[in-house]
Amino acid sequence: MKYKKLIFIALAVAALVALSIWYLHDKPFALFESRGVIAHEERKLMVFTLALSLVVVIPVFALLIGIVWRYRDTNQKKARYDPTWDHNRMAETIWWLIPTAIITVLAIVTWQSTHQLDPYRPIASTVKPVKVQVVALDWKWLFIYPDERIATVNFVQLPVNTPVDFEITSAGPMNSFWIPQLAGQIYAMSGMSSQLHVMADQTGDYRGSSANLSGKGFAGMTFITRVSSTSEYYDWVQSAKTIESELNQGSYDALALPSQNNPETLYGYVEQNLYDTIVMKDMGSTHTTHQHGADE
Amino acid sequence: MMYQDTAKVVKRHTAKAESNDKTTFGFWVYLMTDCVLFATLFAVYAVLHNNTADGPSSDGLFSLPLVLTETIILLTSSFVCGLAILAARQGRKKAVMSFLIITGLLGLAFLGIELTEFRDLIHEGHSWRQSAFLSSFFTLVGTHGLHIASGLIWLVTLLWQISKQGLSGSSLKRLTLFGMFWHFLDVVWIFIFTIVYMIGSL
Amino acid sequence: MLLANVLGKLNADQFPHDPIAAGGALTVVGAMIVIPVLLTYFKRWGWLWNNWLTSLDHKKIGIMYLLVSGIMLLRGVADALMMRTQQAVSTGANSGILDAEHFQQVFSAHGSIMIFFVGMGFMFGIINVILPQQIGSRDVAFPFLNSVSFWLFAAGAILMNVSLVVGEFSSAGWLAYPPLSELKFSPGVGVDYWIWSLQIAGVGSLLSGINFFTTIIKMRAAGMTLMKMPMFAWSVLGSMALVITAFPILTVTLALLALDRSLGMHFFTTDGGGNAMMYINLIWAWGHPEVYILILPAFGIFSEIVATFSRKRLFGYTSMVWAIGAIVFLSFTVWLHHFFTMGAGADVNSFFGIMTMVISIPTGVKIFNWLFTMYRGRIRLATPMLWFLGFVVTFTIGGVFGVLLSVPPADFQLHNSLFLVAHFHTMIIGGVLFGYFAGLTYWFPKIFGFKLNERLGKYAFWFWLSGFVLAFVPLYILGLMGATRRLNHYDASLGWQGLFIVAAVGVVLVCIGIFFQVLQLVVSFLLRKNHTDMTGDPWNARTLEWSTASPSPVYNFAVLPTVRDRDEFWEMKQRKESLKQPKYEAIELPKNSPFGLYIAIAAGVFGFAVIWQIVWLIPIALLAVIALIIVRSSDTDTEYRISAAQVAAIEAARPRGQVV
Repeated sequence: MKYKKLIFIALAVAALVALSIWYLHDKPFALFESRGVIAHEERKLMVFTLALSLVVVIPVFALLIGIVWRYRDTNQKKARYDPTWDHNRMAETIWWLIPTAIITVLAIVTWQSTHQLDPYRPIASTVKPVKVQVVALDWKWLFIYPDERIATVNFVQLPVNTPVDFEITSAGPMNSFWIPQLAGQIYAMSGMSSQLHVMADQTGDYRGSSANLSGKGFAGMTFITRVSSTSEYYDWVQSAKTIESELNQGSYDALALPSQNNPETLYGYVEQNLYDTIVMKDMGSTHTTHQHGADE
Repeated sequence: MMYQDTAKVVKRHTAKAESNDKTTFGFWVYLMTDCVLFATLFAVYAVLHNNTADGPSSDGLFSLPLVLTETIILLTSSFVCGLAILAARQGRKKAVMSFLIITGLLGLAFLGIELTEFRDLIHEGHSWRQSAFLSSFFTLVGTHGLHIASGLIWLVTLLWQISKQGLSGSSLKRLTLFGMFWHFLDVVWIFIFTIVYMIGSL
Repeated sequence: MLLANVLGKLNADQFPHDPIAAGGALTVVGAMIVIPVLLTYFKRWGWLWNNWLTSLDHKKIGIMYLLVSGIMLLRGVADALMMRTQQAVSTGANSGILDAEHFQQVFSAHGSIMIFFVGMGFMFGIINVILPQQIGSRDVAFPFLNSVSFWLFAAGAILMNVSLVVGEFSSAGWLAYPPLSELKFSPGVGVDYWIWSLQIAGVGSLLSGINFFTTIIKMRAAGMTLMKMPMFAWSVLGSMALVITAFPILTVTLALLALDRSLGMHFFTTDGGGNAMMYINLIWAWGHPEVYILILPAFGIFSEIVATFSRKRLFGYTSMVWAIGAIVFLSFTVWLHHFFTMGAGADVNSFFGIMTMVISIPTGVKIFNWLFTMYRGRIRLATPMLWFLGFVVTFTIGGVFGVLLSVPPADFQLHNSLFLVAHFHTMIIGGVLFGYFAGLTYWFPKIFGFKLNERLGKYAFWFWLSGFVLAFVPLYILGLMGATRRLNHYDASLGWQGLFIVAAVGVVLVCIGIFFQVLQLVVSFLLRKNHTDMTGDPWNARTLEWSTASPSPVYNFAVLPTVRDRDEFWEMKQRKESLKQPKYEAIELPKNSPFGLYIAIAAGVFGFAVIWQIVWLIPIALLAVIALIIVRSSDTDTEYRISAAQVAAIEAARPRGQVV
C-alpha cells in the first residue's frame, strides 16, 4: 500500500525528468556552449566544483533517506531507540574534517583559477591583441576601436583566435558587460575603467547583454558579438572606415541621451581620446586612475 | 521542594539591582551599535576624503585653534559630568545640579562653535554640495553634533527630574547612563579630532 | 505656489491610473476602509486598543509581528505572481502585462518586502512569542522598547504600502544600487519610499536586536548557564549579535543615500567625486550578515523540532554552538562575494571566495548533527518535521550551488543570472521560510492553545515544495542559458519562454500552498474544540516553554523554573517530579502603553514628510518623536501587580492533562 504510493511518486518524477530532458535537448545553453578560451575554462571549473560537491551531497541524501526510513516511529520493533545518545567525538570530528578537506581542495583550485582567469589578465598569444573600448549608455552599448578609429553601437566585430582587450566604462548607471559564450561578466561603472580579456576560438554570432539593472530600457540592452576570420575582420574594418558618419563630442552627446532598442550603427571615424574623456568626466579626484577596481 | 528553591531565586531576580544591571548592560550594547555607526562613517570619510572634485581638500580648510578650543571644552564638559556623578553617589543634590548645568553649558558652547564652523564653511562656498569629501565631513562631524544635541535634550530632562524627585533610584540610574553616553561622545570626538582635523591638516 | 509649500511634491497626479496599479491602490484603500467599519460594527475598538495595540506583552507583540508579516507575505507573493506572469508572456511582439518601469517597481518591492517585512517579521514574531518562555523568563529585558520596535516595523510596512496609493515605489532593485538610485536617474519619490520604509523598520530591528541580546544574556532562568540554553536561544543570540553589528551599517548607508537625494550630497553620485562602489560595499557589509540573521533562528527552530520529533537529545550540542559562533564571525568576512564582477584584484576575489566556502563548513556540520539527532530516534513525520525534511533537501542543493557561486571565475558567468536568483531563493525559501513555517506549526498550540490541522498542513507543505521546485528549477536552467535577472522582455528566438511558463505554474502551485495554509488556519480555528491543547505540551517536547499552559498565561510562569539540565522540561518529565503545592508570589508586569504606537506614527509621518519634501511637517514630526520619548520616560508608574492569590486562581483554572 505504502510502497505503491512511493512507486507512483518515483514514476512521476522520472517522467517529469524525461520530459524536461526531451524539451531541453535542443535548447541553447550559452554557458555550456563556450566559444572562447576563458569561457571554456570557466565551464570546466563549474563542472569540477559541482562534481566535488557531490562528495557531500550524496552521503547527506543517502543518510537522510536511510535514517528517516529506519527510525520512523512505525518501525519501533526493529530500530534501536537511544534517546540520550547525543555526542560522539569520532563522528563529529569526521564531519568537521570531511567538509574542511573538500573546501581546502576547492580553496587551492579557487586561488589558482581566480588568478589565471582574472579578467584583468591579458591573454598570452603571439597574435597582436585588438583593443575595444566599451561604453554602457542609457540603454545601448557603444564600442570604440581606438586603434582603428571606428565605433559601433549594439554590435561588436571581432577576429577569431585573437586576444581582445576590452576596456569598459559607463556613462550613467552601473551595467554589467557579459558575453557568456566568450567570458564571464564585469561591471561597467561611471568614472571607472574596468577590463576584460577574451579570445574566441570559433567564428559565429554570440549574444551579449547587460546583466545589471540600469533603468527603464535595461532589458533591451543587448548586442551581437560577431566573430569572424581575421581577414574578414580586417575587410570589415576597411569598409567601416569608408562610412561617412563621425563620432565626436557632439554626436556622442546626442547618442548618450536615453534611448531604447537602438539599431546597430557604425561610425567611420572617432574623435581621439573620446573614451578617456568619458571616464574622466565622472572621476571625482585626481587620485583615482585606471586602477584595479573595487577594493577602494 | 523545587518550588521553594525557585521562590528564593525569584526574590533575587526581581531585586532592583538586577533591573539596573540589565539596563546598564543594554545601554552598553546600544553604545556598541553607535560605535559601529561611527566606525562606518569614519570608513566613508576615509574613502572619500581625497574626492574633492575641484573643491578644497582638508589641508588648510579648518581653523585648528578653534577646533582645539572645541576639544578642550568637550573634555572639560566630560570631566564635570564625571564630578556630577561622583557628587550624586554622595547624595549632594545641589552639587549635582550645578555640575550638570556646567556640563550642559559647555556642551552648548561646543555645539555653538561647531555650527559657527559649519556656517563659515558654507558662506565660503564649501557646503556639503560641493564635493564628496565635504559631504562626508559634514555628515561625520554633524552626526556627532546631533548626538551632542540629543545629549543636551536628555540633560535638560535629567535636570528636571532630579529637581523634582531628587536623587532617587531611577534618576541616579539615568544619570549614570547619561555619563556613559557623554564620555562615549568624548571618545568619538577624539577620533574625529585626530583623523579629520589633525591628520587632515598635515 | 502655496500648495507646493503645504504639500511639497505631492499633487493629484501622484495617484495611480493604469488598471494594475489602481488595483493595488484599491486593495490598500479598501482595507483601510473595511477594517475600521468592521471594528465599529462589532464594537471591537476597545478590545483592539486594550488587548493589542497598547499591549507590552511580548506574546501579543509577537502575534502582531506574525500578522503583519503574513499580510506582507501575501503582497510579496502577489508581486511574484505578477513578475512570473510578465516573464511568461512578454516575449517577441508581446510586451506583457506591465511596462518596464512598473515591472521594475514590482520586483524591487518583492525583494524588499520579503526580506524586511516577511523574513524579519516572522523571525521577530517567533522570537518574541517563544524566546522569553524558552529561557524561563516572564518578559523581555525592555518591554516598552519592544513595543516601539514592533510599531516602527509596522510603520515601515505601512509606508511601503502607501506607495501603492500615493506616488510610486522604487524601480532600482531591492538594494537600490546607485548611481541608478540617485536623483539623476531616479527623480521620482520611489527610491525615497524605499529608503524611509526600510530605515524606519530597520531602526526597529536594531532596537529589537539590543533588546533580545540583553534578554538572553541577563534574563535566563536560574541555573540555565549558556551551555544549558536551548539551541533556539543560542541561534537567536547569534542572530541578535549580528543585528547589533550589521544594522547600524544599514542605517548609515540608507542615511547617506537619503542625504544624496534630499540634500544634494555626493556620497554615491556620478559627479562631485561620489563613489557608488562604496555603497555596494556598505550595503553588503550589512546584507550578507542579514542573510545569516534570518537563517540562524531558522536553524535554531529546526534543532528544536528535530530533537522533539525524534524524541531524542539534539546531537552534537557543543558542535552546534561552535558552528553558530563560526557563522556569526565568518558572516562579516564574505560580503565581497556579492560583487566579484566589480573588478577587484584576483587576490581580493580569491580571499573572499575562500572565506565564503569556509562558512559552508559549519553549516554542513549542522546538517550532519541534525541527521544524527534522528539516528536511533523515534521519528514522527508531523508537519513541522516535513518542513524540516524539505529544508534539508533544498538547503543542501542550494548550498552546493552557493559554493559554486563562491568560486570567482564561476561567479563571473553566473552572477546576475537567473541561476543566482534561483540559488538565493532556494536558501531563503527552503531555509528561512520553511524554518519559520515549521516553527509556526510547532509553536502554534503554545501561542493559541490549539493545534493546527495536520492534513491541511501536509497539503500546504507538498504544494509549497512542488511549487518551489517547479518555480526555481527552470530558473537554474535559464541561468545556464545566459538569461539575466530582472528582464521585463526578452527575444523570442532565445527559446526561454517554455521555462518561464513552467516557473509561472510553479508560483501558482505555491499560491495553492498558501491557500491551504490560510484554509488550515480557518479550519483549525473553527474546529479548535477538537484539538485544543489541554496539556501545554502537545508534542512531548523538551524545552521550558512547554512546561506552562497553552496559551501561556500573561506572566508565562507562575513560579520561575530552576534549570539543571539541557532540555530541562524533558528531564523534568523523566524525573517525574511530583507537583507539590507551589508557593505563589505576586508578579509585576508592565502596564499597557500607547506610546510605542504614537512614536511610530510620528516616525511614519516624518518619513512621509521627507519623501514628499513637506518641509514644515518634518520638524513637527521630529519634535513629536522627541516629546513622546520624554513624556514616556518621565512616567514612573509603568508596572502592575498580580497578587499571589490571583496567580493561584489563574493557575487553578488552568487545564491540566499532565503532571509538572
